[in-house]
Amino acid sequence: MITYLWLIPALPLFSSVILGLFGPVMGPRVSGAVGTISVGLAAVLAVSIGLHWISHPPTNSIYEQTLWAWITLPGFSINLGLYLDPVSLLMVLVITVIGCLIHLFSTEYMHGEDGYSRYFAYLNLFVAAMLLLVLADDLAVLFVGWEGVGVCSYLLVGFWFSEPTNGYAARKSFVVTRIADIAMLAGLLLLSTKLGTLNIQAMLTGAVATWSAGSLMPTVATSLLLIGGLGKSAQVPLQTWLPDAMAGPTPVSALIHAATMVTAGVYLVVRTHALFLLAPHVLDAIAVGAVITLLVAAFAGLVQSDIKRVLAYSTMSQIGYMFLALGVGAWPAAMFHFLTHAVFKALLFLTAGAIAMRLNHEQNIFAMGGLRSKLPLAFWAFLIGSASLAALPIISAGFFSKEMILGAVAAAPMPGLILWACGILGAVLTATYIFRVVFTVFLGPLKTEVSGSYGVRIAVPLVTLSVGALVVGWLETPEGLGNQTIFSRFLTPAVGVFHHLPVSFMIPLLGFAAPLLGIGIAYVLHRNGTWARATTTMPSKLTIFIRSGCGFDMLYDELFVVPYMTLVRVLRHDPVDSMFAGLQYLAIVAHRRLRAMQIGQIRRYASWMMAGSVATIAILLFS
Amino acid sequence: MIIWQTPAGLALALFMLGLLGLLARRSLVFVLMSIEIMLNAAGLLFITAGMRWGNPDGQIMLVMVLNLAGAELALGLILILRLRNRITNLDGDAANILRDVP
Repeated sequence: MITYLWLIPALPLFSSVILGLFGPVMGPRVSGAVGTISVGLAAVLAVSIGLHWISHPPTNSIYEQTLWAWITLPGFSINLGLYLDPVSLLMVLVITVIGCLIHLFSTEYMHGEDGYSRYFAYLNLFVAAMLLLVLADDLAVLFVGWEGVGVCSYLLVGFWFSEPTNGYAARKSFVVTRIADIAMLAGLLLLSTKLGTLNIQAMLTGAVATWSAGSLMPTVATSLLLIGGLGKSAQVPLQTWLPDAMAGPTPVSALIHAATMVTAGVYLVVRTHALFLLAPHVLDAIAVGAVITLLVAAFAGLVQSDIKRVLAYSTMSQIGYMFLALGVGAWPAAMFHFLTHAVFKALLFLTAGAIAMRLNHEQNIFAMGGLRSKLPLAFWAFLIGSASLAALPIISAGFFSKEMILGAVAAAPMPGLILWACGILGAVLTATYIFRVVFTVFLGPLKTEVSGSYGVRIAVPLVTLSVGALVVGWLETPEGLGNQTIFSRFLTPAVGVFHHLPVSFMIPLLGFAAPLLGIGIAYVLHRNGTWARATTTMPSKLTIFIRSGCGFDMLYDELFVVPYMTLVRVLRHDPVDSMFAGLQYLAIVAHRRLRAMQIGQIRRYASWMMAGSVATIAILLFS
Repeated sequence: MIIWQTPAGLALALFMLGLLGLLARRSLVFVLMSIEIMLNAAGLLFITAGMRWGNPDGQIMLVMVLNLAGAELALGLILILRLRNRITNLDGDAANILRDVP
């Protein structure tokens, strides 16, 4: 069974090629089926490999499959190979299963859209690239997948490209992540020149053997890799592209900008965590940056009025939690939050899409209201997703993963308690902003026309993910709630044993209280109409500042875009070339003058000849 | 004994006259005659030079120049006749259809 591992990325790639070549001929029904079934088969394969893995794990819990040699040079070679360990198995399971559900959802959501088969070709290509990213055993191959998902993100954000703003959003997401990827590429080149290989395991072994902890080389290398990860995962200071990326279709946001691609940075750090352990300062920087990101994004989420932008900022904020876990070295906690986040955020995005579908593509939450009785399925799905995002104690999956992270942060030797306090503040804000959406959208009077109905292809993903968002948290529970450790034991071969460190009883208690407090704030402000009033009154300067994501866009406009555009305007007229254009101009003027002498009059020619002769004789005589 | 400056001055005067005629006259026949005068001025200068240095080469050159002038005259007259068919008069300035059109 496990020998068919290569089929997992190959199936979506194959169907993407088929759809790309023959999609328009096949028609929407067949192309939707081909796109969904290929990912579905990959999911079935991944699940059966996963089940087999649990009963019969391979030696050292690692399975390697070398497909072919890609680049062979003297002293340096790159093999295209797949590397399966618990971390990549978890990623593969999430990508294929959630990817399959989102494909299924898309077949109904995108019904009647132009470019239906093109959409599925892109989405399949994305899944293939993402699977290559997580299965790669070599950083160069990982980078291929890394760029592949970037391209697919660009294509899908700009899917409705006839709207210029969508094209702008696509370009922005592409350019910002590309800037980060340059740093990552530099990191890869540094690692390959210093350690002579990019094979991840060989590279890590070599790094641990040659470099001492805290020395310069691993610090530089991990910083460069980290910048790549920050760009992909939309973390401060490279986060500005994610809210704009919401211009794409909603299932795309669910798959790419919530569940899978944006967590590639987390995966990269976990995959190379041995290297990051050699650079403790970089880990500290990750933790601090993560706290800044999660607070900035949580505040920004508090004042958005577009439902998808709220979810975009919450994605940023939740990935901030994952990076916070990475910063304190709690690798399984980060992966656990990745798992729960993938489930509940995909659920939230899909539900937001399902709501917008019935409301004639309305996305402004203040134009909605009272949808609870009209859309019971969407209400329950969104409520479960929100509860999980807000980390509502016991009943939601998000609670357990966030608790694991905050527990690990509080126990960290660094100024862990300050980071933990910021994390708790973020948790309060998270609960507030998401339940602000829940109350505004589902309570109160009905404001919009509701049309259509949900088919089974919408209902199945929503119900499945809702169940997942409720139960997946029980894979790892803290002490006092069963002390279940299936998840961290599963990951132990890849990232080491995870200890739930003892912390003061106040820590979990406040973890309980924070989401409830946040929901309470949201409800009170909903009841006294503060949320709704904010849309009718003129927003204050502070609100505008926070709504724009704390001014990062304006800052980057001033720092980079404006100088660049000025330079472009100068260079548009090609100042260097004007030197050569001057020569050309001189030749043309001289030519005109000389041509004017050719007037066809013999007497004029004769006088010029005479003048020339006189001049020549004069020169000969007097020189 | 004639001093060489006199014929040389005569040659210069003839050449200048020919040149003046060439530049001033529009009729092609006169232009041709002016060229002949200039050629004869050159021939006279050859003779004078031969006299000055007592060398017969100057006279040989004159014979050659005269031959050349005869041939050139015949050719020039043919061209004038041909041109007359086209432009109906002998105005050299009117024969400017080969000019570069700006």
